[in-house]
Order: sequence, then structure tokens, then C-alpha cells
Amino acid sequence: MSDKKIRVLVAKPGLDGHDRGAKVVARALRDAGMEVVYTGIRQTPEMIAEAALQEDVDVIGLSILSGAHTTLFPRIVELLHAQGLDDVLIVAGGIIPDEDIPALNELGIHGIFGPGTSTESIVRFIHERVS
Amino acid sequence: MTDGLADQVLAGQRRAIARAISLVEGNDAEARTLLADLHRSTGRAHIVGVTGPPGSGKSSLVNALVLHLRRGAGDRPPKTVGIVAVDPTSPFTGGAILGDRIRMRDLAGDPGVFIRSMASRGNLGGLAWATADAVKVLDAAGFELIIIETVGVGQAEVDIARTAHTTVVVEVPGLGDDIQAIKAGILEIADVFAVNKADLDGADQAVMALQMMLDLNRAEGQSVMHHGRFLDVLQAVRPPEESAGGSPWRPPIHKTVATQRKGIAELAAAIEAHREYLAQSGGLVWRERERAAAELEIVIQQESLRRVLALTDQATLADLIDQIAHREQDAFTAGQSLLRITGQGGS
Repeated sequence: MSDKKIRVLVAKPGLDGHDRGAKVVARALRDAGMEVVYTGIRQTPEMIAEAALQEDVDVIGLSILSGAHTTLFPRIVELLHAQGLDDVLIVAGGIIPDEDIPALNELGIHGIFGPGTSTESIVRFIHERVS
Repeated sequence: MTDGLADQVLAGQRRAIARAISLVEGNDAEARTLLADLHRSTGRAHIVGVTGPPGSGKSSLVNALVLHLRRGAGDRPPKTVGIVAVDPTSPFTGGAILGDRIRMRDLAGDPGVFIRSMASRGNLGGLAWATADAVKVLDAAGFELIIIETVGVGQAEVDIARTAHTTVVVEVPGLGDDIQAIKAGILEIADVFAVNKADLDGADQAVMALQMMLDLNRAEGQSVMHHGRFLDVLQAVRPPEESAGGSPWRPPIHKTVATQRKGIAELAAAIEAHREYLAQSGGLVWRERERAAAELEIVIQQESLRRVLALTDQATLADLIDQIAHREQDAFTAGQSLLRITGQGGS
């Protein structure tokens, strides 16, 4: 009777309030049968790490359009590691310039989905990496 | 594995609490072992159900209520609070959007608060069970007050609210007349009412409609604790709060505006008063006994089903299903014969 679902935290770190994209992705993940904990805009790295811990999620989806990803993402990863959440898959979307991608890859963030990404490809990326 | 996890939960380690809740949600053998280890350490928390129609402001109300409880004042020490927030699973995709944290952002970063979102998932009897199990984990971890928040729109949600010691039903002005309120069927389970968004027109009418409802209820001396299940064995033991002939609990009605923190202290006081009432009237013992009976009922149902299915080969099962579908046999007769074959009883 085991009933394990993929749990995803969708959060918007930083100060921009543009949450349309995050909501579209949340809806797509729900439609793919996942349980999506939606926390909304203006989340601090501390709030995101704490929510990820309490909700025991498999995946964290970060949406950011403010350009602060180079500051906020390393801080989120650091906090997750400090709590022992090393096996959580992090995916990101929003406005992330190509030249920033290598640094994010080094942080362990490989799923980076910019404008124009199909929601199917995000779902597939998660399914391939979360058993 | 679970030995270590149980100890960590008892020590209040947050990562362990989170993992334990995932485990009990999955409801496998490992979860049963864990819960067996934790069972003795439960029963200390005051369990409060918060239910009401979608959009009535339940999450905002919980947010305001918990902020108030965390602050403490004078002779009222701050309480640690665990929250289980349930949102519906989509019946079409099996997925869910769990959005209760959006309204609870004020509680972020408080080590005395633990918030867990749960999807209703919708397996038979499983929702109330999974929620009650998550509550047990938080109870064993030492949280003093545990809030279960559910969308009050169906039997499953009502059942969850029923697993609480104190049930708060949240209403809002303008949802319709008092007949709507009666239809909803969630009024009878209320120990405390909150008429939220009371700054909107019609708040006083909503309060009045509830008052009238309560007058009717009490006039009939109605007991609303049962649904004619096997729990009927408990009917012999009347809730002391109703049989003692003393003053019965009349659910107080409080107007609140959660987003402006209005009426929150009064609501918190009413919840605490109900806990004291239960403790003094013996109602707490009675409700614990009913909770235990409901839990036992679910375990028997699910275990019996599991055993019968484990002892039945797929071909026999498929054959029986075909016979029912082709109108050669009815489901009840087929079920009885299956129980006989598997030696699980039946007559």
C-alpha cells in the first residue's frame, strides 16, 4: 500500500513579484501527478531551506527574475547542505543569463529552464532524476 | 533503521520529524513499526482541527492564531505548535497544489513551529488515518498544540476534524442563508465557531444564523458523534459532558479578521477553554476513546482487505469481478465467498 509521490517545493527567492511562471510550472507538475508545495513570492533562502526540510521534498524549484540568483542560489544550497539535505534535486527557471550557468552547475544546479521551455521537458527532467 | 528514527523524533529533530511524516504517509511496514515505537509517547498534545469552506481564510486564521500562541503573555506561556495542512489531491492526475504555507509566512524561521502540507490523496479511509499518524509524529516530538487544517467540504474532511480534541469551524459572511449552513453538515462537529472576514457585510447575520442553529441543536439534545459504524459499541458509554446533566458545552461564536489579527486572542481563549472543559468534564477521556475506536476500525478494514487480497490469486479475483459485472453474482455474495475461501470468516 506504499503510496510515494514526488514532492516538489516551488518558491520564488528574492524581491521580484512576477509569479506567473512559477504558477504555470506548479500547475504542470501537479498535472504530472506530483505534490507541489507552493510558497509564493519573496522567500528568503532561510525560508526556502526550512520549508524544504519540513516538507521533506524531493525537488526544489526556484523561480527568479530579479537577477539575484548568483547571490541567493549559493546561499540556499549552503543552507540545504547545513541541514543535511544533500539529496534534494534543485531546478531553476526565470531570467538566468547563459554566462551564469556554469557557476550554477558547479553548485549542483543542472536543471536550468529559461523562457520558452516546455513544461514537459521540466517534468521529464524531474522524472529522470527522482526515482 | 526505524529505531534510530523514532529516537530522533522523540528528541525533536526536525529532519527526522519530516522524514517520519513522509514514512507514515506512505503507510508501509516500516511506518507501522515507527508508529508502534512512538505510540507510548503520544497523547500529550492538544489537537485542534480547523475546517471550513474554501476561501474562508483558514490558513490566515491559523497563521494569526499561532503567532498569538507563540507570543505568550503574563500567565500564558508560549506554546510550541505543529501544523498539518491538508489540501485536496486532483482526482484526475493524482497531483496536488499545497498552498497553505503562502498564508503562514509569518511563522517561518520559528523553531517552535513545524508546518507540514499534506495532499488528501483520497484512498479509502486513508486520509483520516494518514493525518492522524502525522499528528502522532508531531505529538511524540513534543509539540504542545497541534493544528489540523482541512477544507471542510466532505466526509473525509469531517472525519479528520473528528480526530481532533477541539474542532474550530470557520465560516464567512455571505455564503448563503442558514439553510446553507445546515446543508453543509459541518456545523455539528464544531466546538468553537469563527466567523472570519468579519469586516465584510453580513457578519452579524452569519453569527445570528449560527446562534439559531445551535438553539435548534440543543433543543433536540442531539448527539453528533457517530455515523452508525462499528463504533456503535461505544454508544453505551455516553460522553460524560452530555450525560452528567451538568452544563453542556455550547460552542462559542467569535468574529475574527485574521489578516488584521482581530478577535484572535478571544478565539485562542475559547480553544483553551474547551480544552479545560474537556479535561474537567471527562470528555477528553471519552474523545480519546472514540479516537482509538475509529483508528482500530480503520486498521481492521485495511488489514482485512490486505490479507484477503494477499491470499487470493489474481485469476480468482478477476473471475469474481467478471461474474459481478455480468450480473451472475452480486458483490456481497462474491465478497462473502472470497472471505470463506481465504478463511477470513464470512457466513
